[in-house]
Amino acid sequence: MGKTISEKILGAHSGGDATAGEIVVAELDYMMAQDGTAPIAIRSFEGMEGEKVARPDRVSFCIDHSAPSPLRAVSQLHALMREFAGKQGIELCDVGEGVCHQLMLEKGHALPGSLVIGADSHTCTYGAVNTFATGVGSTDLAAGMLSGSLWFRVPETMKVTVTGKLPKGVFAKDVALMMVGQITADGATYRTLEIGGETIEGLGLDGRLTVSNLAVEMGAKAGLMEADDKVIDFFKHRTGVKIEAVSADRDARYVEEFEFNVAGLVPQVALPHRVDNVRAVEEVEGAPIAEGLIGTCTNGRLEDLRLAAAVLERGKVAAGVRLIVAPSSREVMLNALREGIIEVFIESGASVMNPGCASCVGTHQGVPGDGENVISTANRNFKGRMGNPEASIYLASPATVAASCLEGKIADPRRYL
Amino acid sequence: MTWYPLPWEDKQKPETLKGSTMIIKGKAHRFGDDVNTDYIISGRHKFKTLDMDELACHVMEDLDPHFCERLQKGDFIVAGRNFGCGSSREQAPLAVKHAGVAGVIAGSFARIYFRNSINSGLPALVCDTSEIEDGDVLEVDLEKGLIRNVSKGTETASSPLPPVMLEILSEGGLVEYMKKHGGFSSF
Repeated sequence: MGKTISEKILGAHSGGDATAGEIVVAELDYMMAQDGTAPIAIRSFEGMEGEKVARPDRVSFCIDHSAPSPLRAVSQLHALMREFAGKQGIELCDVGEGVCHQLMLEKGHALPGSLVIGADSHTCTYGAVNTFATGVGSTDLAAGMLSGSLWFRVPETMKVTVTGKLPKGVFAKDVALMMVGQITADGATYRTLEIGGETIEGLGLDGRLTVSNLAVEMGAKAGLMEADDKVIDFFKHRTGVKIEAVSADRDARYVEEFEFNVAGLVPQVALPHRVDNVRAVEEVEGAPIAEGLIGTCTNGRLEDLRLAAAVLERGKVAAGVRLIVAPSSREVMLNALREGIIEVFIESGASVMNPGCASCVGTHQGVPGDGENVISTANRNFKGRMGNPEASIYLASPATVAASCLEGKIADPRRYL
Repeated sequence: MTWYPLPWEDKQKPETLKGSTMIIKGKAHRFGDDVNTDYIISGRHKFKTLDMDELACHVMEDLDPHFCERLQKGDFIVAGRNFGCGSSREQAPLAVKHAGVAGVIAGSFARIYFRNSINSGLPALVCDTSEIEDGDVLEVDLEKGLIRNVSKGTETASSPLPPVMLEILSEGGLVEYMKKHGGFSSF
C-alpha cells in the first residue's frame, strides 16, 4: 500500500514506517511559539524542571499577537519571552518583524518535507510548502523544547482536488472559504488534508498559503500540498539546507476524497459567527460595515496587498469606516512600500499598522465597538474574537474587504477589477 | 504495529484510567456543538496574564455571562461535537480546570484542545451526549470511563484514550509526565 505525505514525513522522522492510526514519537525539525502561547510554554518547561532546550537552533519565539504591547501586563510577558530566549540562545522575532507564520517561512525554518510544530493553531499554513506543520498547545511545545521530539497520532488523509480556472474577482481566499463551507468546521478533524489540482498549481505561493491557513478551520491537523518550482524558488536564497520535498504515492490510501470545480465560483464571505457559515457575497451585499481589516496570517502577504491596493486605487475609504492594514512581515511591508502599495493605502484613508497580527485576536489595534460589523481577511469570526462580543465579523478576500471599505457596506469586488 | 482508533470512533470497552480511582459527582452544564476556544476563554482576557484563577472567572463568558456564578466545584461541562475548536490556547482547558470543572464530556473534541486538556490533567471524555440535559446530575467513574446519569438513570461508556494519553493523564498532566520521564519512549 502506498503512503500519503503525512505518513512519509512522520515515518522519516520517527525512524521507520508510519501508517495512519499509529502513534509515533518523531524528531522535530522546528518549533515556534508566539506571545499568546510562549509564556505558558516557558512556565511548563520550568515545571518539567527543564534546564536546557535540547536544540536551541530549532526554536523560535515571535512577538506578534499584541505587538507593540498595549498593556503593562503584556509587556511583562514579552519581557519573560526575551529573557528566556536570551538565556537559552533561541531565536526571538521581536515586535514589528511580522506574523510568526510568515517569519517561519521567510527565515527558511519551515521547509518542504520537514516536521514543524507551532504553539498556534494556524501553524498548518506551512502545509502549502509541503511541511508537515501542526498546531499544538504550550505544554506540548515545552515537551518538544525539552526533548526535541513529540508524540503524534499519524493522521488519516482526505484528498481535496480543486480544478477550473478562477473567474474574475475570485481568489484563493474565496476557494478556501468555499472549502470550509463545504467540508464544515469539524469535517476534517484529526485528519490531514492533501490539497492539489490545477487550480492550486496555478496559484502563487501566497494564495496557496491562504488555502492551507484555513485547514484548521475544518479541524484538520495539517493542510498539505506538494512542492513545485514556485516553492523551491521561494527557498532558494533562504536556506542552505537541501530541499527534499515529499509526494504522495499513487496508491496512497485516502479516507475521503473531495473534488471542487471553481470555474463558476463567485466571491465568498463567511457570516458571523462561524467560519463555515459561507455564502456568496451577492447574498449579503449592502450590510453596513464600520471596520475593515486587511492582513493577518491568512491574507497579509504581497499578493494580498497588491490585490487590495488595486481596488482601493479606485476610490476612498467611505466616511465612518476604519480600514486597518497590517502587512504580514517587514519583508512584505518593504516590498509593498517599494511598489507604491503602501502609498495607495494611506491615500485611500487606511491606517497602516506595523507588521503583526493587528486586531485579529482582539488585543489591540482596532477593537470594534458595540453593534458594529467588521469585514476582515482573517480566518476566524467567532463572537468576541476581535475583542468585543457585541460586534459581528465577516470574513472575505482582500478584494472584497477593500471594495466593502470603499462603499461602507459589504460589496462585490468584481465591479472594481 | 498497533492501530489506535480515534476516541470517538471506537466502541470497545473502555480501558482503565490508571492511577485514578475517583468517582466524581456533579451537575451537567449543557452547551451545544462547536464551542470554540474563544468562547471557552476569550482572547481579550487570556493575552495579558498567566494567572489561571483570574481567567477562570471568565470561562464561557461570551456564551453565558453567568456561567461561573452557577458553576460548583466538581460540575461537568457537557457539549456536542467539536468542543474546543479554534485556537491552540492552552488557557482554555487550564481556565476550565481552575474554574473547578471536573471534566468535559463531549460528542467529539477538536484535536489541539483534546491534547491540551489531557496535557493539563483535565479529563476529556468522549461519548454520545445527546441525552444529557442541563442540570442532570452525573456520576463519572474516571477509572472505568463510565458516565452515569443519576437524574435519568442511564449509563454510558466513554471511548478509551490511547495509552500515551492515559499515561499523561494518570501522571496529572504533561508537565508531571515530562518531569518524571524527560521524554517520550515509543508506544
